Amino acid sequence: MNRSLIIGAALSAVFVIAALVSFVWTPYDVLGLDIPNKLKEPSAAHWLGTDHFGRDIFSMIMVGARTSIAVAVVAVGIGMLLGVPLGLAAAARTGTLLDEVIMRGNDLVFAFPSLLIAIMITAVFGASALNAIIAIGIFNIPVFARLVRGAALSLWTRDYVLAARVSGKGVARISFEHILPNVTNLLIVQGTIQFSLGILAEAGLSYVGLGAQPPTPSWGRMLAESQTMFSFKPHLAIFPGLAILLTVLGLNLLGDGLRDWLDPRLRRAKR
Amino acid sequence: MSLLSVENLNVSIHGTQILRDVTLSVEAGQIVGVIGESGSGKSMTALAIMQLLPEGAQAEGRVALSGHEMLELEEGALCGLRGNEVGMVFQEPMTALNPIQTIGRQVAETIRIHENVSRREAIERAREALRRCELPEERFPLSRYPHELSGGQRQRVVIAMAIALQPKLLIADEPTTALDVTTQAEVLRLLKRLAREDGMGLLLITHDLAVVADMADEIVIMRKGEVVESGASPAIFETMRHPYSLALLEASDHQPARSEHVLEAPLLSVRNVVRDYALPRAGLFGGAKHFRAVKGVSFDIRRGESLGLVGESGCGKSTLTRAILGLEEVQGGEILLDGEPVFSGKRPNRAVRRKMHVVFQDPYGSFNPRWKVGRLVAEPFHLLDDPPVGGAREMAIISALEKVGLSAADADKYIHEFSGGQRQRIAIARALIIKPELIILDEAVSALDVSIRAQILDLLADLGARFGLTYLFISHDLSVVRNVTDRCLVMQAGEIVEEGATADVFERPKHAYTRELIAAVPQLPKKRSA
Repeated sequence: MNRSLIIGAALSAVFVIAALVSFVWTPYDVLGLDIPNKLKEPSAAHWLGTDHFGRDIFSMIMVGARTSIAVAVVAVGIGMLLGVPLGLAAAARTGTLLDEVIMRGNDLVFAFPSLLIAIMITAVFGASALNAIIAIGIFNIPVFARLVRGAALSLWTRDYVLAARVSGKGVARISFEHILPNVTNLLIVQGTIQFSLGILAEAGLSYVGLGAQPPTPSWGRMLAESQTMFSFKPHLAIFPGLAILLTVLGLNLLGDGLRDWLDPRLRRAKR
Repeated sequence: MSLLSVENLNVSIHGTQILRDVTLSVEAGQIVGVIGESGSGKSMTALAIMQLLPEGAQAEGRVALSGHEMLELEEGALCGLRGNEVGMVFQEPMTALNPIQTIGRQVAETIRIHENVSRREAIERAREALRRCELPEERFPLSRYPHELSGGQRQRVVIAMAIALQPKLLIADEPTTALDVTTQAEVLRLLKRLAREDGMGLLLITHDLAVVADMADEIVIMRKGEVVESGASPAIFETMRHPYSLALLEASDHQPARSEHVLEAPLLSVRNVVRDYALPRAGLFGGAKHFRAVKGVSFDIRRGESLGLVGESGCGKSTLTRAILGLEEVQGGEILLDGEPVFSGKRPNRAVRRKMHVVFQDPYGSFNPRWKVGRLVAEPFHLLDDPPVGGAREMAIISALEKVGLSAADADKYIHEFSGGQRQRIAIARALIIKPELIILDEAVSALDVSIRAQILDLLADLGARFGLTYLFISHDLSVVRNVTDRCLVMQAGEIVEEGATADVFERPKHAYTRELIAAVPQLPKKRSA
């Protein structure tokens, strides 16, 4: 076991557990206002203090984790579900029109600045968590398609693929029986990294008001709302900021650790 | 005093003993061949001499290279010796060269690392080194890149880099294993000439007894980290007495006992087959160009026969194999198996494909690492309309594994638990499971150690006799083809230049290319009279 895998897994687990616990329990209600207790510094009653409506920041970060994780999971899911088959198809039919169409389509999506397009989508279809998910998901498709195509191209030259063709298996069957299982390591690693990028993108969209809408708590909007009060109540920005930082750091460490751990060659070298 | 003297060298890595009391010596101008199979410690010996041992390795004993005690020197001093006093040539020339630097620059760089000379002078010496390695500047300008050269030419660049500083000792680790037989002969001749001209000691490491038999003055035979026998060549072939040396000698020229059961009726007929590849388009306009890899090839394989197909890399034999297997459509001619085309109506013909299977060269790349052996072996069942299921499937897998000398328990293991020779057995089991008539062996024994190769050849001969199999034996290794085939074809540049009974082709080759190939094969000394 390597250190980055353990630290990454632990950090990620903390936020996932916080999000899950928030479904059944939070220290305070995040929807209820408590104006008398607004803008309190961290104390025994409110561990991380309260915001300008008197809501408990610790509770809001727990519920915000839920929003962030949900958006990122679905966005990565969209990317994998569409991107992986496209990449497999492009690799299986390399050099053909299909390959060209898929890969040039990917280039097209890659060529657009992703956050701008996400802003455009939410501007046209309205700001909501769902639209944020779709916008982030679309930009995950080419990431997975390219990754899978690249890895699959080299697998297609292996003798065991040739042996499967000699055994009469078709392109689709070989893709799913032989190619896909041998790219799962890559997918898991890339998935964790895209997951952290999804959390960052969600925070960014919420920051400009295009993500989850009030009153649903979101880390990005907590940062945005703290902006005007940062000079005299810095804890309003510091805690949601730390939450984003630690989650993304945790997921990146997890991705790195998984890559080393899943790669038998690297694993052997470490021993 | 010897140029290199290794005395009682012991190497262990993390407590595992790798080398045991290795003792050998190389004199100036002498060629010493070190032979052994994989795991014999021959490469580790070379690394120990250079002090390039992997992390965690402990070396004891004595390694003296022209007066330097290698085991006692600091890393800094060793760096000065490597390249300067001792040069090294590896197996794979492509990875030993930097693909984005010209050959002249690469050779010049090695000079400049060790000697404080001007760039101009380094280039001048690089030119000379390349010329000595038969790459004269008029034909191979220094501005060439590695990808513009053939495998043999690249290996010469690597040799030029190794000899540019006129080292006293050159270590060549399997320098010709990745090369074709004619290229191998040229590179070996070059190494021999350089050693003689410069009075340079040459330590030639190889798995091929015949290679060293031809050129070494002294032979060292290693097994499992120990020197089992050593002596002057060729006298050693008369006097060798260690059972392993004798077994190695026998396996190098192994002749499996084969039974004759050839029928006259052809099983496979290849008629005027043409195979074109589209080349990448040069520009946006203008039609795509084609490369003709197979130019109108015709031959028959009779039922029960073992037919050899020999040729060097790029001659079109792999392309032809794919066409026979029905993996790719041909542009002309026809391929009939048992009277039926392998490829009909733009699709491979399933009924025909059932009658043949293939065993590939690489025992490591031939299996999906995530599947268990049982599933791997059963994969060809996909070709059957009504494949066995449940218990019948299990039985078929077990029976196929037992035919190749493995056990039922092996079906539940993953492929990485098996050695190279066992993997080739599994590949044969996979080919046998649908009871084919024709098995195509595409360099199937080329990656194996000689003793394992002998076992696999025996297995193939035995299976052939028991099940009346027909073999198409594709190989670049002429000595193997000679021992296991009835008839053979010689292929050059997409055409079959000679065809005939194997004994005739080897004894009385008609075509110039065949003669060249046979002359290039390293020969073992004549068998000892019993």
